[in-house]
Amino acid sequence: MQNHAECGDTMAVAEIDLKGEVCPYTFVKTKLKLEELEIGDELVALYDHAPAVENVPRSLRNEGHKILGIKEIGDHLWQVRIQKV
Amino acid sequence: MIGGFGEEQIRRYSRHIILPEVGGKGQKKLLESAALCIGAGGLGAPAIEYLAAAGVGTLGIIDDDVVDLSNLQRQVIHGGNVGIQKVKSAEQFVNRLNPDVNVVAYTERLNQDNILGIIRDYDFIIDGSDNFATRFLVNDACVFENKPLSHGSIFRFEGQVTTIVPHKGPCYRCLFEHAPPPGMVPSCQEAGVLGVLPGIIGIIQATEAIKYILGIGELLVGRLIYYDALNMSFDEIKIQWNKECPVCGEAPKIRSIAETTYAESCRVW
Ligand SMILES: [Zn+2]
Repeated sequence: MQNHAECGDTMAVAEIDLKGEVCPYTFVKTKLKLEELEIGDELVALYDHAPAVENVPRSLRNEGHKILGIKEIGDHLWQVRIQKV
Repeated sequence: MIGGFGEEQIRRYSRHIILPEVGGKGQKKLLESAALCIGAGGLGAPAIEYLAAAGVGTLGIIDDDVVDLSNLQRQVIHGGNVGIQKVKSAEQFVNRLNPDVNVVAYTERLNQDNILGIIRDYDFIIDGSDNFATRFLVNDACVFENKPLSHGSIFRFEGQVTTIVPHKGPCYRCLFEHAPPPGMVPSCQEAGVLGVLPGIIGIIQATEAIKYILGIGELLVGRLIYYDALNMSFDEIKIQWNKECPVCGEAPKIRSIAETTYAESCRVW
């Protein structure tokens, strides 16, 4: 985990690599990781399971979290940036 | 490991973790909690089954009975264990189902001398006893020790269940001050029971324990569910706190377990 200053606040960025993981564990593990973080922290998650790219952000929004971005960064590889709310 | 959960735990509890009301935090509460099942019979057995599945980390089980073939019509966790102590049989079941759960086995009869020491270690008490003397004893001890309690009982096709959070709502004695006179209690011959009935009531009791531990939802405090399997109806009866209650009222007559008489009555089921 690294810290960097943004808008004057110290915000932590955590990462979780969920390549090889399928639903619903993509969401379950992302949720558990978010529970470890502080409100306002950012989590960068990697998925290679296509349905997760739609399902996980939807479920996270339902729990009140913010999706900062979804990006395809490789062949069947997606990066989702989440902010814990 | 994520958030303190191992890979197997993440899979085992995933359907809990997904729920917004539970999550990893709630599951951790369950794993760190302790529930006591009084009796591993009709009501206790199904309660034990689901509390263990839910990952309640410490499960106390007290029963001095041995599994009898006639129990298996409703106490399904004891399958294959005829002749074995019920607490041992229940412990075997729990160990097979969920290694996260630590069973504390009490192969003894709950009585005035041991009850306070036993319930002290638990967050929630499930009364699955089969006689009035034990129910009053458990109620009074829980009021004195301030332990939340689920009361359940069954008869033929009917069951009743309520939750007692001492001093936050009525207790069992607010409802029934004394055990009914012996003539009013059905004889053992009359005490048939539809096998599925205790399963439903015992699992409602387990549900209350889980909700209490998680701190979610509305408990059956001040409410009694009366279930009729023949009609397939659930009726809710409001129970008021009784100012005259001998144990939780304004001027309680019962002030200690040791000085109270808990008459032994015939086992009803
Ligand atoms: Zn009372």
